Amino acid sequence: MMLTMEGVHAHYGHIHALHGIDVEVQVGEIVTLIGANGAGKSTLMMSLFGRPQASAGRIVFDGEDITHLHTHDIARRGIALVPEGRRIFPRMTVLENLQIGAAQADPANYDADIARVYAMFPILQERQSQRAGTLSGGEQQMLAIGRALMSRPKLLLLDEPSLGLAPIYIRRIFQIVRELNRDHGMTILLVEQNANQALKVAHRAYVLQHGEITLSGTGAELLASPEVRAAYLEGGGHA
Amino acid sequence: MSAVVFARHQITPAERLRDAGWVAFVALILGIPLIGLTTVDAGGSLEVSTRFGLLAACVVAAFGGRLGLRWMIDTMGARKLERQRADTGKSVGISPVKVVNVIGWIALGASIALPIMYSDNRYVVDTATTVLIYVMLGWGLNVVVGLAGLLDLGYVAFYAVGAYSYALLSTQYGWGFWEALPVSGGLAATFGILLGYPILRLRGDYLAIVTLGFGEIIRIILVNWTEFSNGPNGISSIPRPTLFGLEFSRSAAEGEQTFSTFFGIDYSPMHRLIFLYYLILVLALLTHAFVSRLRKLPIGRAWEALREDEIACQAMGMNTTNIKLSAFAIGAMLGGFAGMFFAARQGFISPESFTFTESAIILAIVVLGGMGSQMGVVLAATLLVLIPEFGRNFSEYRMLLFGAAMVLIMVWKPSGLLSHREPTLRLSRGGARNQDALEEAAQ
Repeated sequence: MMLTMEGVHAHYGHIHALHGIDVEVQVGEIVTLIGANGAGKSTLMMSLFGRPQASAGRIVFDGEDITHLHTHDIARRGIALVPEGRRIFPRMTVLENLQIGAAQADPANYDADIARVYAMFPILQERQSQRAGTLSGGEQQMLAIGRALMSRPKLLLLDEPSLGLAPIYIRRIFQIVRELNRDHGMTILLVEQNANQALKVAHRAYVLQHGEITLSGTGAELLASPEVRAAYLEGGGHA
Repeated sequence: MSAVVFARHQITPAERLRDAGWVAFVALILGIPLIGLTTVDAGGSLEVSTRFGLLAACVVAAFGGRLGLRWMIDTMGARKLERQRADTGKSVGISPVKVVNVIGWIALGASIALPIMYSDNRYVVDTATTVLIYVMLGWGLNVVVGLAGLLDLGYVAFYAVGAYSYALLSTQYGWGFWEALPVSGGLAATFGILLGYPILRLRGDYLAIVTLGFGEIIRIILVNWTEFSNGPNGISSIPRPTLFGLEFSRSAAEGEQTFSTFFGIDYSPMHRLIFLYYLILVLALLTHAFVSRLRKLPIGRAWEALREDEIACQAMGMNTTNIKLSAFAIGAMLGGFAGMFFAARQGFISPESFTFTESAIILAIVVLGGMGSQMGVVLAATLLVLIPEFGRNFSEYRMLLFGAAMVLIMVWKPSGLLSHREPTLRLSRGGARNQDALEEAAQ
């Protein structure tokens, strides 16, 4: 088991955002978490990273309890985050962004890792000495993913990677998710509003509503489930 | 690039006049009590008299000034927009990095040659030494503000710590300049960490306020703890630095030699000034080499990443606590070295030299120069020291001139004189080839 969340509660000040979440991610899986705005998807993702720290429950990563570790220590255990809104370093160059991604990794792997990222995203190599803030939204998303991969993570968290992107980039992002998993054996936890696409790539999925998991199953099951269809796919969603 | 062309609203002359008219009106309202009315001494009692002629002149000046300023901002905005439109993405002409490098080498040559050319002009060498002290302070603060993005309004505190460490070590315990150098720097760095620790969770305005308070605390302690620092009277007869044991005085202490007798030349008070100048030049150059090197190391990149996005940094596994503390400590240490040199050069220090105005000027140097730009600091420090010096001819209008110059620079270059950020390139092998090809294509 790569990641287990058991009865996790989280608070933002007085707001009780997560009410006893149980989520499991197995090695080599793509697991997706879908839900409406404000359901607590991003909170769940960030509470994995200790921001905010779980107020109750347990988070176990790779056999180790990480519930009370600092954000940076959790990252060093081998979890990489592609944050919501990308959060690249805009005034620094593309290459510098990638170097920072590798800051905690073994320097011996640096050349191989950067070559791998450039092979996956040739546009980043073309733009490597350009300021990251001058890239288009889709290119910035690729940079954020590339930066996360530079640390050779065991688990990759993607928080709304398709948000605000042109349809051509959305397709490309989901294709990348699939390739990373299939060709590189990457375990991925994907948070998405774009439920249709997310369920298609995911092995398993969870539906989050008001801070609770209301449904879970394989991607195909949820895609076929009438409740999910009504709430997230046919109700004027992004599909 | 978006294909939409935004039409800029053309400002009509009538709008300009109306805008300037408003400013003149405000100036008039403010000016009536400030300029229009004045008290005169009429044989023991005060009488109010009026100066409406002067007031009218000031209002006209405000009107004209506003008109000119608006015009300047608009034409500059238009020219910039034109340049952006003309720019098709390819860099044409000389890269800004090269220009900055050339300026840097010229400045270095000039600073080495300066005391030789003006070897009998005390004023020039003294002023140049002051410029270099501010350059060094600017480079120190640049680490904290420019690179790590932590707004520090109390930087003068570390300058004071460095100065007082040397003053006390030398006058109380008989330490020499060179022995005290690492200790002063270390003490200042310790204070940097002391300040850094409680404010780790603060950002932006809140951080600025706390650092401002810290600067004041240090100054007030120095004023009031008389047994320790001799209070407002300061510490005098601080020993001057020596060159490998050679003193720069007319006659040496027992068992010591003076610089002039050792080299068999006539004693001149200029020797010491020139020595001090070269000393601060070397200290400043070492600072520059140190900071430039750090910038290219992971720690420097971590500082810049912290400035850009703290949460992303943590998600990359960076310990932001250590990154912030290291920025504060290194910035403070450099400020401490500058302070120590200041004490040794003046021979006398008092809390008067470490007021908030100093912090503000150092911060202005970093901001006017362009945050994070090393050469920008040199330019801005030179300007900010020289403008008040030239302004001496205008006596009481000196600070007015100084303020006006700062406003004009910020209007002309809102992101600083040299705002170009040089990447800390370390190209991968595959990338290096690619980069060479790009550069060849550009040439």
